[in-house]
Amino acid sequence: MKEAILMKGNEAMAEAAIRAGADAYFGYPITPQSEVIEYLMHEEPQKRTGMVVLQAESELAAINMVYGAGACGKRVMTSSSSPGISLKSEGISYMAGSEIPCLIVNVMRGGPGLGTIQPGQSDYFQATKGGGHGDYRLIVLAPSTVQEMADFVDLSFKLAFKYRNPAMILSDGAIGQMMEKVYLPEQKERLSNEKIIELYGDWATTGKTANRERNIITSLDLKPERQEIHNIHLQEKYKMIEENETRYEEIRCEDAEYIMVAFGTSARLCQKVIQLGREKGLKLGLLRPITLWPFPKKPITDYAEKVKGFLSVEMNAGQMVEDILLAVEGKAPVEHYGRMGGMIASPSEILQALEEKLISNN
Amino acid sequence: MTTSVLTPEEIIKKGKVVFKKTKLINDVPLSYCPGCGHGVAHRILMEVVEEMGIWEDTIGVAPVGCSVLAYDFMNIDMQQAAHGRAPAVATGIKRVYPEKYVFTYQGDGDLAAIGTAETIHACNRGENIVIIFINNGIYGMTGGQMAPTTLEGMRSSTSPYGRMVQTMGYPIKITEMVAMLPGVAYATRQAVHEAKYVRKAKNAIKKAFENQRDKKGTSIIEIVSNCNSGWKLSPVEANKWLDENMLDYFPLGDIKK
Ligand SMILES: Cc1ncc(C[n+]2csc(CCOP(=O)(O)OP(=O)(O)O)c2C)c(N)n1
Ligand code: SF4
Repeated sequence: MKEAILMKGNEAMAEAAIRAGADAYFGYPITPQSEVIEYLMHEEPQKRTGMVVLQAESELAAINMVYGAGACGKRVMTSSSSPGISLKSEGISYMAGSEIPCLIVNVMRGGPGLGTIQPGQSDYFQATKGGGHGDYRLIVLAPSTVQEMADFVDLSFKLAFKYRNPAMILSDGAIGQMMEKVYLPEQKERLSNEKIIELYGDWATTGKTANRERNIITSLDLKPERQEIHNIHLQEKYKMIEENETRYEEIRCEDAEYIMVAFGTSARLCQKVIQLGREKGLKLGLLRPITLWPFPKKPITDYAEKVKGFLSVEMNAGQMVEDILLAVEGKAPVEHYGRMGGMIASPSEILQALEEKLISNN
Repeated sequence: MTTSVLTPEEIIKKGKVVFKKTKLINDVPLSYCPGCGHGVAHRILMEVVEEMGIWEDTIGVAPVGCSVLAYDFMNIDMQQAAHGRAPAVATGIKRVYPEKYVFTYQGDGDLAAIGTAETIHACNRGENIVIIFINNGIYGMTGGQMAPTTLEGMRSSTSPYGRMVQTMGYPIKITEMVAMLPGVAYATRQAVHEAKYVRKAKNAIKKAFENQRDKKGTSIIEIVSNCNSGWKLSPVEANKWLDENMLDYFPLGDIKK
């Protein structure tokens, strides 16, 4: 039987990366996620599995190292926090355009600008609606426990390679920093080139051998007709991801009159809100998107017919609430409650907001 | 009256082959202006890769600039990098494939302006890669704007009255700068506008790949080249201008070996 250990979210993720058989990590320090690269450097995964760990001179360099190594068909990752992800956005757009699988982790802090080093969720738009330029999507997973920080590493690599698309783990400073019980995955072997080709096809730059055409990794096409065909291909792929990979968790939604929608740290708080509300006779539930993109639109649309209202609880000024509004299609009231700047709401404060915004106003 | 139609075989007289295009340059029209140095630089680079027999193990990185489509012309696996980021991309490749040969091919805007940090730090880590650096003193692709290497007083579309160093800074000698770094094994400045220079440049590229084979660290080959379109000169005038102006400020030869 697997043994539970106590670990920080950032460190559990780093250890999970080694165990997932990742080939390389490239990063640049930034609070609240520097433990990731510190842990990896300390662990010397080069000796354990052959995994490469390199501290780059900037997030720009780090993401482009991910580009180069990822385009070789390797399992490559990077992690950062909000300002660093802004710098990485150019490279992320290039990888989406060139269809390079990789894992990017954002342990969010409050913004804008240098903002705060305390937790935030204000990069929801950046993660789910673009961030960089062009029509592209990332597969975005939102962990709400240290266990999920660990589990989503392997899952992200699987999804990224299945669809040849960058995947992102959108976490926050609270989950990155907190210590919690975690069951670590078993050590997996790093994949050989032959195995990668067998599993995912022969698209990467591995050196042109006589038995195949050149492999070119690029996002450029100067011919608009061909660039449009490429864009249509991307959109079709995104549609397939929407159909197949939407993930979410429901807590006490079956009889709920009011549903809170929240991810990450906010979702943890909302579990306590359910308990406080139910003690007072309020039938509260929580719908927790696990994939922020693709967003779990359908279950929200379905619940819109049954419930008296939705409250989006986020550590920002109201970002995911826009997707909830789209899903609800005007069939029920939708409100938002959020704290910003690194502040974390208390469960009683959220309950009070829910009562004020959705119940006493009606 | 009889007309005789010659077959191609009859037109092309049989003789001794004195020059052959390397099989590593594809049979497609190059996108470069006639007389541009990029074409010659591509050819000698691919000749070296062919002569060393390493094409199955070579991965190239094309930049943003006139040579953005280098991957269409070179018959090897290649990646296209964002503007200035080629040395970081090459680092990523080399770290996961230490036994492969990795090169970047970059212009002066790419390598010495937007990508300065990536250039310096890849060299400082002594990444075991080859950097081919085409210095034509201007931004060719975007239509002739000032580059970090534009000479003092030289006109471009964003220095229409000539580069004024007081406000626009000095032309940068980045190859000399990175030559100071212990990670750099070989730094040299070459040219390709005349046959005698082409031979030397090719030898330099060969030495750079041999350094990579022998795991010596970073090798950077600067090639002082023309940009007749950007300089608004004919190809012949451009080569003359290069000879008379560029080589004083950017003298040819090894800077570190
Ligand atoms: C981020 C970004 N900024 C600007 C550009 C526009 N741009 C394309 S090529 C180029 C300059 C290229 O000049 P150089 O590197 O000297 O190469 P050359 O074209 O002269 O061979 C610029 C500014 C771009 N593609 N990306
Ligand atoms: S614009 Fe200049 S650098 Fe570009 S292909 Fe033409 S001559 Fe060469």
